[in-house]
Amino acid sequence: MATEIADRKSRFSLGYIILIALAILLVLYGVFLVDDWHQLWKITSAPDNVPIVALLLIVPFFTWLGIRQARDNDQLIERLEKDPQLAKTHHRKTLPWRPGWARELHVWPFLVRIEFLAAVIVTVILFVWSILLDAPLEEPANPNLTMNPSKAPWYFLGLQEMLVYFDPWIAGVVMPSLLIVGLMVFPYVDSNPLGNGYYSLKQRRFAVGMFGWGFFMWIILIIIGTFIRGPGWIWFWPGQNWDHNAVVFDKNRDLHEIIAGWWPAGLGWLGTNWAAKAIFGALVVGGFFIIGGLFFHWLMLWKPTRFSRIDPSLPIHKRIWKWLTTWDEFEKKLLARTSLLQYLTFQFFAISVLLAFPVKLLLRLVFTIKYVWVTPWFNV
Amino acid sequence: MEPEGSDPKVTAKQEEKGTQSTSLTARVREEGLAIKEQATEEIKNLRDPRDTQLWKSIFRVSHDRSDPRNRSLAILSNVFLHLHPAKINRDAVRYNFTWGMGGITFYLFIVLTFTGVLLMFYYHPTKVQAFRDILYLEHDVPFGKLLRNMHRWAAHLMIITTWLHMFRVVLTGSYKRPREFNWCVGVVLLVLTMLLSFTGYLLPDDQLGFWAVTVGTNMARATPMLGSEGPFGPQLGMTPFNDVRFGLLGGSVVDANALLRSYIWHCIGIPLVASIFMAVHFWRIRKDGGISGPAPVQLEAEMKPVKKPSVLVTLMGNGNGAKPQVTTGAKPKEEKRVTPVS
Ligand code: HEM
Repeated sequence: MATEIADRKSRFSLGYIILIALAILLVLYGVFLVDDWHQLWKITSAPDNVPIVALLLIVPFFTWLGIRQARDNDQLIERLEKDPQLAKTHHRKTLPWRPGWARELHVWPFLVRIEFLAAVIVTVILFVWSILLDAPLEEPANPNLTMNPSKAPWYFLGLQEMLVYFDPWIAGVVMPSLLIVGLMVFPYVDSNPLGNGYYSLKQRRFAVGMFGWGFFMWIILIIIGTFIRGPGWIWFWPGQNWDHNAVVFDKNRDLHEIIAGWWPAGLGWLGTNWAAKAIFGALVVGGFFIIGGLFFHWLMLWKPTRFSRIDPSLPIHKRIWKWLTTWDEFEKKLLARTSLLQYLTFQFFAISVLLAFPVKLLLRLVFTIKYVWVTPWFNV
Repeated sequence: MEPEGSDPKVTAKQEEKGTQSTSLTARVREEGLAIKEQATEEIKNLRDPRDTQLWKSIFRVSHDRSDPRNRSLAILSNVFLHLHPAKINRDAVRYNFTWGMGGITFYLFIVLTFTGVLLMFYYHPTKVQAFRDILYLEHDVPFGKLLRNMHRWAAHLMIITTWLHMFRVVLTGSYKRPREFNWCVGVVLLVLTMLLSFTGYLLPDDQLGFWAVTVGTNMARATPMLGSEGPFGPQLGMTPFNDVRFGLLGGSVVDANALLRSYIWHCIGIPLVASIFMAVHFWRIRKDGGISGPAPVQLEAEMKPVKKPSVLVTLMGNGNGAKPQVTTGAKPKEEKRVTPVS
């Protein structure tokens, strides 16, 4: 017990240090890099953006609340796994329990009263919010006066942001469909029987990690769409002046053009022949799927360990290799229960949504590459 | 009341009455006393309204004793509360487990229905009136501004709580067997919630809504095969006047028809469908054995062995640990939970 508490303490102090460091960075950013406070305030305080500002606080809070309970359960699991005798008698929850306590409570009044309380609290919050902040109302609709920037409602900003990286049919139609279907198949591809009905990270590292990845990406896109995208959907850092006349000189090029340009000689046809372009692109996308698949396979089975735990007498490259190929026996057991159909379905959605999106974002924002696959009918 | 003819005293009295022909006043007094007597008795009975026929016709259960039977009946015999079981897992009533998010989402839906119906009294979905109606609401209708604000903010909040609810379901692994299908119902609800919000955005007929919906529906143009600018769309004869965007907007631009369609989807179509899905969602929660936890933790050693390990483990040359462990410990406690409870 004592060590558990000490562990918690040290974790807490680390958390505080990180928080303080973040706060200092934020202040430095504000002092040195924000040149248009008015602009920043206008975005942050726009009544329609309040939910997003709220999200910035609410999501970390509930993540913390969930992780805290998962930690407690994980500690219990570890203890019970070491002590099978205890596992037989323990009530297996971190919540208090005494012999003789009823396992079930009457809904009336024990649940109904909290539901009532919750309803009252939500009502009060809504009233206060509605009294303090007015719903926005702009000028009457005018098709001849384009709003700049014209933004989708905040919960769809993720899709609008995708328009930057993909053609409209992918960003607006294919990606949303993949997201919906991908969410629906989620329970069917998770073959892990453990962790049903209690918080745990230890037993469900990969599943929670994958969902979290998608969830946080979605929220980050909303934040980018709200705080960063200005007139002309141009990237303005928070606090940068929204210059309505700003123009970005689009130097974006397609991947095949870059390759054709780099190559010493004789590849000029790659930039001109449509069939060559199409085949080249198909190869690139196919390669991406293969590498992506290997990546997720590795991620699934990899056991994150401290680098310092790896035998230090090995030469450094061997040490790194060993670190990267330390497999998690538990994850292997889970994989042994996974059917090919489950596995391939998971890989498809993971690669085409979870991986393709950040990769395309990097290609575009960092390497200014527009398309990787150009055909006469569609571009990717 | 009086047994006729059997009691000699009474018969005597009646005879007396008849022969002596009592004065009218005395008779009235007598009748009056009888009325008073009955009235006081009835009023006395009314003091406890729970004894009235009216009360009993509405509330079938007595609430004065809080014994287990009555507590259960309080839930079971009430159409609104009977969504609940009579009893639940003692730890499930903690906020910490569900965060109350599903319930709060549902409550927000009720708030939105209520404020939405009130808003409908003041709103006409036409290009001439829509914007003016909003101005009228904001400046002239008593509490109109509060009403509009509440509808707006509750809608935003509902989206946030739906996301958080889904996040909770993932963190507690509650989508696992036997709740996979209910998760799918939830995904449909998620989409419907966002569409509800989106269709409402156009209704004030202001610049904000107009351009948001223009941006949103422009994407529909690019639908493969069904959009005029989508892959293979033009080849299949799609034009801006017959493609899927035209169908959504009732025209090639966001205009009067789009406003009307938005209105009908927003006020009738989607709420109706969403209500049906919510009914299924709640019903399934019960049929899937109630809320999933907080369940007792399960241990790795209790995983049932697989008959034939998947070939996947041997991929990439790391197949050594693939042999499944044979279960040793007691049967997993969860076993009984997976049987549906009605
Ligand atoms: C309009 C939106 C929704 C409403 C009103 C709603 C309502 C509820 C309620 C009241 C519960 C009971 C437990 C709780 O409060 O957490 C619940 C449970 C559940 N919901 Fe939802 N929900 C909605 C959307 C969703 C979504 C988007 C998902 C997932 C994608 C989902 C999946 C589930 C599952 C799997 C359960 C069972 C959880 C358990 O047994 O622990 N729901 N829902």
